[in-house]
Amino acid sequence: MPTNISRDDVQRLIGEGAQVVDPLPEDEYGEEHLPGAINVPLRKLNQETTAHLQKDQPVIVYCYDLD
Amino acid sequence: MRLESLGFTNVYDYVPGKADWAVNGLPLEGRTAGRRRAIQVARKNIPTCRADERLGDVSDRVRVAGHDLCIVVNDDGVVSGRLRGKAWENDRKATVEDVMELGPATIRPDVFLHDIVERLQRRRVRSILVTSYGSHEGGRLLGVLFREDVERVLAENSGSES
Repeated sequence: MPTNISRDDVQRLIGEGAQVVDPLPEDEYGEEHLPGAINVPLRKLNQETTAHLQKDQPVIVYCYDLD
Repeated sequence: MRLESLGFTNVYDYVPGKADWAVNGLPLEGRTAGRRRAIQVARKNIPTCRADERLGDVSDRVRVAGHDLCIVVNDDGVVSGRLRGKAWENDRKATVEDVMELGPATIRPDVFLHDIVERLQRRRVRSILVTSYGSHEGGRLLGVLFREDVERVLAENSGSES
């Protein structure tokens, strides 16, 4: 299970070099995304589309909001 | 979580998400990254009161603060009503609950200004409440967005807000 984190945790992890993945559709990603986030839409999430990410390094994912 | 099934060993889920990041004024990238949102322009110093207070007591407090508007909230800050205009003309001994406007219109804090300005102008709305959203923390007063502030900010930033 992924670890739930807060906004402060996100800022700290990004500062430590964490990878940030935006799983929203391409158009939503284009509108706005967290700094440095790469777009891998959920429906396209597979080994090929995540090959460039480091599997043993922290990766942060997010959506638009909780509700 | 699918990332873990793909072999990722250190996955973090920022559950509050992009909206939480935006309404807290943190930078975003993308086509709309420079657009201002309701929470960034809303006035945070509008007086509040409880529903069980006497109108006269609230009126005195609001007048001293130089306002005409007062938002009725409970102990958790959840909005239940609004006092303004003719409401102040009621009997000072009346309770706020008896004279307040119920269910004032609200908007989410992450709404873009350019998405709300037309609605405010068309309906000739002077101000609208900005409240938190969510099944657990929804309805809490975050500020009051005035049309004049929205129009001023958009005029100042015309070009970058489009």
